[in-house]
Amino acid sequence: MLTVDHLNVWFGHHPDRVDAVQDASFSVAQGESFGLVGESGSGKSTILRAIAGLIDTWSGTITVAGQPLAARKRDRAFYKTVQMVFQDPYASLHPRHSVDAVLSETLRLQGMDDIDRRIGRLLDDVGLGRGFRFRYPHQLSGGQRQRVAIARALAAEPRLLLLDEPTSALDVSVQAEILNLLADLRAEHGLTYVMVSHDLAVVGHMCDRLAVMQGGRIVEVMDVQALRGGTPQQDYTRQLIAASQGYERA
Amino acid sequence: MTLLSVQNLRVTFPTRQGAFEAVRGVSFDLGRERLGVVGESGSGKSMTGRAILGLVRPPGRVTADRMELEGQSILNLPERRMRKIRGRRISMVMQDPKFSLNPVMTIGDQIVEAYRLHAGGNRTAARQKALDMLAAVQIRDPERVMGAYPHEVSGGMGQRIMIAMMLAPDPEILIADEPTSALDVSVRTEVLNIMDRLVRDRGMGLIFISHDLNLVAQFCDRVLIMYAGRIVETLAARDLHQARHPYTQGLLNSLPRLDAPVDRLPVLERQDAWRDGGMISQSLETEFPGGL
Repeated sequence: MLTVDHLNVWFGHHPDRVDAVQDASFSVAQGESFGLVGESGSGKSTILRAIAGLIDTWSGTITVAGQPLAARKRDRAFYKTVQMVFQDPYASLHPRHSVDAVLSETLRLQGMDDIDRRIGRLLDDVGLGRGFRFRYPHQLSGGQRQRVAIARALAAEPRLLLLDEPTSALDVSVQAEILNLLADLRAEHGLTYVMVSHDLAVVGHMCDRLAVMQGGRIVEVMDVQALRGGTPQQDYTRQLIAASQGYERA
Repeated sequence: MTLLSVQNLRVTFPTRQGAFEAVRGVSFDLGRERLGVVGESGSGKSMTGRAILGLVRPPGRVTADRMELEGQSILNLPERRMRKIRGRRISMVMQDPKFSLNPVMTIGDQIVEAYRLHAGGNRTAARQKALDMLAAVQIRDPERVMGAYPHEVSGGMGQRIMIAMMLAPDPEILIADEPTSALDVSVRTEVLNIMDRLVRDRGMGLIFISHDLNLVAQFCDRVLIMYAGRIVETLAARDLHQARHPYTQGLLNSLPRLDAPVDRLPVLERQDAWRDGGMISQSLETEFPGGL
């Protein structure tokens, strides 16, 4: 479904150029859920944004559903295949647009017909129900907003969903609801996920395989059993797992 | 020994639909200990911290039967007297250093200003104190950091700088509101170690507000669990995983765990009874008067 090969992403120009991602390669099979973990600044979100076409200063190859992507230009077919959900549901929805406006605009942009019926179905899909259709973001809780953002991403009927820390702004109880929803949607629609998170337990719950990143490079790609069993290949991954277990009094 | 004693604390905001109580009768004693306060957003945990420091702005109202700092009432003091307590005797570290540091002032100037405001003294002495504080929070190159602006340091360093600034006047109580939520796990450990040392070495009282149950269980001595503005359960932190209140259990169960994979995460079923039900493990208050 997705292949990333020798990906480099940089910002700025020489001499201030920052190489945010260096020589990253991985592939994600159709229907798989793949995690990207690492500390802030490790380049995990940058990879996601490069795939989504939000950054155009990259080199290497990104192939989505068999189609290699150009650095600058993405066609309509691409956005019908790939959609993204962002970290902060408070920032990713327009405060003056109702749920109806958000979803109908997206549907129209995707050239969909029968918009009325589709909005109803999208809201049902994400567990909000049609009663939420004419609400504004300030009338929604954080979890409900993230459901709207997921509905917006699903509007295009994508096959690959890019999830950038989709639950890190939410309470743990709401996080459980959203993670369950994402798992259900993946099963129902046969979606492929690439999920960025700093929370190893969330990735361990959601993903089949994951890449561990440090300083712009992929340190290790492993399957989730190795993460759960604490049997990674690299020292850095071991440290990351140990640190995520919580605090040990010195 | 009890540093801070709070009895029946209430914070009320008038709204068009009538008065809204964000904190509804919170009582606890703080000793020289690490006291964790956990709950979801909107549970009133941050508002409790702000009320203690007198940071609830009108039209919000704070009432309590008692709010005493070492036997002295600090409830609704006039602003001028509160300013002598705030920062000097009770300090606060907020979640995100990006919003707490002044972006157009060097870090050194900010620490020196904060310190001189509370402790007085000349600039040279204050500067030395600032350097010492930066070293105390494990900043390797304090001279360089003193001259840097907030955007030139990382988030973890910014948070340690905040802690240095708050601790320079040697407060008796530190209220830390999600001090590590914006930090990476590796930096988090360092910041916690610093606060841990301050509690042990200086006998400071720490109120640690967090939504991270596992962290609180490991770091704190005692935990208060808040729901809808009230404390629903209080227990020793090491016993958090044996919590008896269904709300606390629900929160713990909703966390994904690496060592216990499940297909579906249990979702918290909220019950109306939690809003006004009695507190569980009330006995702890007499068992550990003023903390552990």
